[in-house]
Amino acid sequence: MGDCHDCSAITTLPPPPLIPNTRQRVVAIIGPPNSGKSTLFNRLTGLRQKVANFPGVTVEHRMGKVKLDPGREVFVVDLPGVYSLNPRTEDEKVTHDVLLGEMKGIPRPEAVLLVLDSTNLSRHLVLAAPILSLGLPTLVILNMADDLLRRGGLADPLELSEQLGTPVALVSAAKGQGMEKVLQFLDGATATPHKPALMQLPVIQDIPKCRAWAAKVGDQSKYHAPAPPIWTRRLDAIFLHPVLGPLIFALVVYGVFWTIFFGADPMMNAVDSLREASGQWMGSMIHVEWIRSLLVDGIWSGVGAVVKFLPQILLLFLFIGVLEDSGYLARAALIADRTMARVGLQGKSFIPLLSAYACAVPAIMATRTIENKRDRIATILIAPFMTCSARLPIYILVIETFIPKRRVWHFLDSQVAAFIGLYILGFAMAVLTARVLKSTVLKSGRSSFILEMPAYRWPTLRSLGLRLLDRSKVFMRRAGTVILGVAIIVWALSYLPLSGGKPPAIAESFAGQIGHVVEPVIHPLGFNWKIGIGLITSLAAREVIVSTLGTIYGVEGGEHSQGLQEALRHDLTPAGGAALLVFFAFAMQCMSTLAVVRRETGGWRWPAIQFAYMTGVAYVCAFLTFHLL
Amino acid sequence: MDIRPVQSEMVYARNEVARRIGLGFQMQMAIATMMLQEVDFKQTRFVIRLKMQMAFKKQARTKTGEMARNLTELKRGEHGVLDRIDLPEEEAQRLMEIGFLPGHTVTPAHSAPGGDPRVFRVDGTEVALRRETARKLLLRPSAK
Repeated sequence: MGDCHDCSAITTLPPPPLIPNTRQRVVAIIGPPNSGKSTLFNRLTGLRQKVANFPGVTVEHRMGKVKLDPGREVFVVDLPGVYSLNPRTEDEKVTHDVLLGEMKGIPRPEAVLLVLDSTNLSRHLVLAAPILSLGLPTLVILNMADDLLRRGGLADPLELSEQLGTPVALVSAAKGQGMEKVLQFLDGATATPHKPALMQLPVIQDIPKCRAWAAKVGDQSKYHAPAPPIWTRRLDAIFLHPVLGPLIFALVVYGVFWTIFFGADPMMNAVDSLREASGQWMGSMIHVEWIRSLLVDGIWSGVGAVVKFLPQILLLFLFIGVLEDSGYLARAALIADRTMARVGLQGKSFIPLLSAYACAVPAIMATRTIENKRDRIATILIAPFMTCSARLPIYILVIETFIPKRRVWHFLDSQVAAFIGLYILGFAMAVLTARVLKSTVLKSGRSSFILEMPAYRWPTLRSLGLRLLDRSKVFMRRAGTVILGVAIIVWALSYLPLSGGKPPAIAESFAGQIGHVVEPVIHPLGFNWKIGIGLITSLAAREVIVSTLGTIYGVEGGEHSQGLQEALRHDLTPAGGAALLVFFAFAMQCMSTLAVVRRETGGWRWPAIQFAYMTGVAYVCAFLTFHLL
Repeated sequence: MDIRPVQSEMVYARNEVARRIGLGFQMQMAIATMMLQEVDFKQTRFVIRLKMQMAFKKQARTKTGEMARNLTELKRGEHGVLDRIDLPEEEAQRLMEIGFLPGHTVTPAHSAPGGDPRVFRVDGTEVALRRETARKLLLRPSAK
């Protein structure tokens, strides 16, 4: 997964320039996928990095500051991994444009750090041809030197430097060896003398010629390829074993599920009780009625309801981070590919869809691993159908209200069966949608699954830590902006207009009036205006409906609340309850998801289609449920 | 008479049998004839299909008299030299960038359960391909 994201692009304002001061020096990091570019970037910048999207495209990049000795600094930008500079894919086009200085918001880099995997030099050197022909000062970094030496390979940076006419450094970014060469280069990047290369550069469009050139450069510089990675082969014999492989895969999937549902539970409860306790404390400190109401009932519980999901999301990303950095994710994609191919998707869609059972937002961010754009968009569009944890409160409330607990079959009771049914319902709609999409608008050949298997590596604490920090920052920023705003609006709508200095009864409030306005639309589904208010507030986040209903009925709002269940039984028929469940299973009621889809697809088109489609499906299905039951 | 295109799996299986025993075209014909004799009359359809395959195969042969095999026909432990990629320009380029260049040795490795997709070792790396892609990567006739 590309590492990062930034939800500040939720606003439609033009993005600020990526570099604060355009006279800053910028150095680009470029290299093929799996060359350890990001590790080098993390090593160079540490915490002084941020993530941004290029204006107008879905490709993201990371930007960071490198501190050099006498108080000087240089910006480095981590570009997407590419095999060539032929602008065919979007990633390659962005890399191409940045290097030529044609990308808005970023000045032309003064120099290039070309990161190559030293254990696979002859193949990776192919990229050196187009990069060197740009004429920018370039440091060729032969990464993973520790691996190369351990496996008995040999690379001579001096010799290679002679051949290429540009400085070469042998480093291990993961271990931090040889980094001083890189810093030296960054310090005096522009001053690097450009020596004539011994080897003539090949015609860069001709891949076989480039590859032959790379092989010759490798030979001339006395490069010895290392022995095959024994441990990777051994591990693959287990992880891709015909019997053990799927078993381990199932265990990993179970592990992710367990983490989402049970592992995160204590932490989520802790966050929740912290919010409640602090809310009560705050409430007792503030004596002005409306301020207390705004802070405690509006902001604190609204934002808190979302912050509660932070532990879950972090655990999930820790899991994905370990899987990805270790190299297992590629194997998991391989194992899942055939199953996913049946619905027209591919193996790389599997982990994002699995994550969507926790929350669609990180799932959609995780689709970055899918290079095929059509597959990626299809995955993004179906991910919100997976039953995310924000749907659970309303599911629990309605199921406990309308479905009497009795044994259906052995250990299965009716309520659990209803739960499982809802999971299957969401999954089935996702599969159906994927099939429809992939056979119509997003049609593409099935043969586009080409996946390089990286060697297994130990994930480093440093990169995992940076990744989690980055996720939390993005998540908290969203909670602090969008969710905060919505919480305040919802609060204001139900608190205003004041009648005689006091908040009105819910039916007379603005929220109540809006509820009455939408009532004709939702009446065919069996919902009244009170549910209507809940549907509107749950546009912010699905779980909000439970607390809204609590406010509306003037009872303690919680998914197990007896008072709320009584009130619901009074207002909804069982068929209406079922329609409500179906509506929530399908409807796109999550602004965070829409915002992240907009960011990931680079425009409002896909989120608009997704919103219309999901809400339409939800409406029709809820209508049918209400009338057929 | 049923003249639908033959199932490709069957072609592979038959080729595999013939190739493993190291037989030429005549021997293949002999095998087919032997199979013919054993086939029940009810399975005439199958026989006719087989015959048509043979005729078709004769045309598909390369000048050297050997079949152009593809990656899916490589067995574990075997390796072959890539000859050409029978795919649209863009996809072929991507495969070439990742290492599938004509002249490079390709070795099949592990696969997902069921054999698809399969990992191939090429040019110092391992790349997973689906069967339908691997089928379009043709090998040089072996020098044996």
